Amino acid sequence: MVFGLANPQRFLSVTRHAPAILGGLAAILFAVGVWLSFTAPEDYQQGDTVRIMFVHVPAAWLSLMVYAVLGGASFFALVFRHVLADVAARAAAPLGAAFTALALVTGSLWGRPMWGTWWEWDARLTSVLVLFLFYLGYMALRASIDDEAKAGRAASVLALVGLINLPIVKFSVDWWNTLHQPTSVLRLDGPTMTADLLAPLLVMAGAYTTLFLALWITAIHGEIRARRAAALQLKAAGRA
Amino acid sequence: MEKDGPGVIARLLVENLAVARGGRTLFSGLSFALEAGHAVALTGPNGSGKTSLLRAIAGLLRPEGGAVAFDGPEGPLDAEEARSRGLHLLGHQDGLKPARAAGDEMAFQARWTGGDAAGLARAAETLELKPLLALETRKLSAGQRRRLALARLVASPRPLWLLDEPLAPLDARWRERLGDLMRAHLDGGGLVVAAVHDPLPIAAREVSL
Amino acid sequence: MSAFLTLYRRELSLAWGRGGGALMACGFYACIAALVPLAVGSEPERLRAVAPGVAWIALALSTLLSLERLYERDYEDGTLDLLALGPAPLAAVAAAKGLAQWTAGGLPLALAAPVAALMLGAPAAMAPLVFAAALVGGLGFAFVGAMGAALALGARRGGVLIALVVLPLFAPPVIFGAGALHAFSEGLNWGPGFALLAAYSLAAVALTPFAAAAAVRNALD
Repeated sequence: MVFGLANPQRFLSVTRHAPAILGGLAAILFAVGVWLSFTAPEDYQQGDTVRIMFVHVPAAWLSLMVYAVLGGASFFALVFRHVLADVAARAAAPLGAAFTALALVTGSLWGRPMWGTWWEWDARLTSVLVLFLFYLGYMALRASIDDEAKAGRAASVLALVGLINLPIVKFSVDWWNTLHQPTSVLRLDGPTMTADLLAPLLVMAGAYTTLFLALWITAIHGEIRARRAAALQLKAAGRA
Repeated sequence: MEKDGPGVIARLLVENLAVARGGRTLFSGLSFALEAGHAVALTGPNGSGKTSLLRAIAGLLRPEGGAVAFDGPEGPLDAEEARSRGLHLLGHQDGLKPARAAGDEMAFQARWTGGDAAGLARAAETLELKPLLALETRKLSAGQRRRLALARLVASPRPLWLLDEPLAPLDARWRERLGDLMRAHLDGGGLVVAAVHDPLPIAAREVSL
Repeated sequence: MSAFLTLYRRELSLAWGRGGGALMACGFYACIAALVPLAVGSEPERLRAVAPGVAWIALALSTLLSLERLYERDYEDGTLDLLALGPAPLAAVAAAKGLAQWTAGGLPLALAAPVAALMLGAPAAMAPLVFAAALVGGLGFAFVGAMGAALALGARRGGVLIALVVLPLFAPPVIFGAGALHAFSEGLNWGPGFALLAAYSLAAVALTPFAAAAAVRNALD
């Protein structure tokens, strides 16, 4: 089915209503998720501030998931020279960066009451920061090469290299963290997850994911149309 | 030239080639075959794709459509091997680093393409480069730089010569000498594809873009 | 193989000349090391604490200096076409460039690193480890940096772009190297950190040339 959507024209027609549907679904999930977040019990250590977790953790999950999507799309774009894959990768990057920034900011906001500082160099935050830099590097590379096709291929290579590097970064930061901080008393996700904490988390994760899909498909539509417009312009200029 | 091996190109086949640059198709449906001992002169206005065609044959540029194939005396050759051992591409630029000695640059280009000391001596002799070898390349004139770049054609024998406006910076005497070199190359079983504005000093089939 | 050596020797002599070569890299390195006490304060205790880390960061940054011209010049004057049409595959070309980058820049820096660390108050016993780590880590920096230079070929703002692309990839070796040095200064086992650093560098040597080759082919297209 995936390859059936490979043709940009076909993709446009099949997914024409997807953004609206997904957007509506996302709105519902967000409503439910927010309600569940506020009705979930307080954490015995952190009180009400634990609710930031419901915004922060799904954002962090999405930041990683979108990078995996970026990597996968880049692979297809590079190896199969797939135009739609290239468009999909380009569209995913800013969204991934946004989720990562959201994770960093909410993590910092959560950290303030928890650790007393706006920033902590613990393993997770540091490796998420490096992930954010990966996104920035990808977007910068893409933007700095004038030829669109060349920019896409170079950025795809970078995305794949980053994909290999990501586990290494995670591992190295974990290792560094254990070197610099003896066992932490405070853990980021609090005590063991009970059902009434898990439910809002999963619902919010679902909401974020559907939101991502809605925005992503919208961006792909926009990019396909923009490329078509550019091609038509070029044709018209050629005839002039 | 070596008589057998992955780089011995006896025939160049261009089939239905289409090349696009920056979203614009430069040409399409281009087909021709070139046998050993023969030459093709590529003509056409500026921007018509002569350089791109040469680069597509060399494998540096990926065509929009069609194919380029190489045949050896025994049968088809693997394109990548044929390209890395069987051809010389001489572009507009000379590939000479300005602050390096001409002799060093010539030696590198020749050795990189498989030439040896004997070949280098032959090249220096044929192209009258001896007085220039100690100079830094930025001190050479355009014609001298072109002769320096041509050295690898003489020093490292390879069957297929892809030349992009080879005569441009040369004076009349050297144009004639280059013609002699090309004729000798063709007589030895070589192939030449040259993009030109002026007529080539050798007999060549014309392909117009 | 002989083609690889020919290219390596040439790249080496070009690298010595490029941007002043080793001397400028070492000068840059010394400048960073000199700025640190100005920024951090000259208390020996504080400096000693940051000495290994600073020596390491300065190494990473100094590697970035001559990267921009690694491929750019060859691209502009037509040499890259010649390199792509030679007997060695493009990955070997990329490896030769990375190796030359390390030999011309990384080795002198590896010699400068212990000197800077000592000047910042690191114990003399640490000097051999700093040298070894800088040598091994410098290899990883050179190869990853060379790959970044290939990716940014033909892009605007090449120098800064290469840094932006490459610095996140520098994070693991910086962590491993600085971790090993930190462990040494605490009297802990520096073996694991050093081993990980070596592993990263070797992986970079083995893998980045292929990515760089793909990037070069893309740029030549």
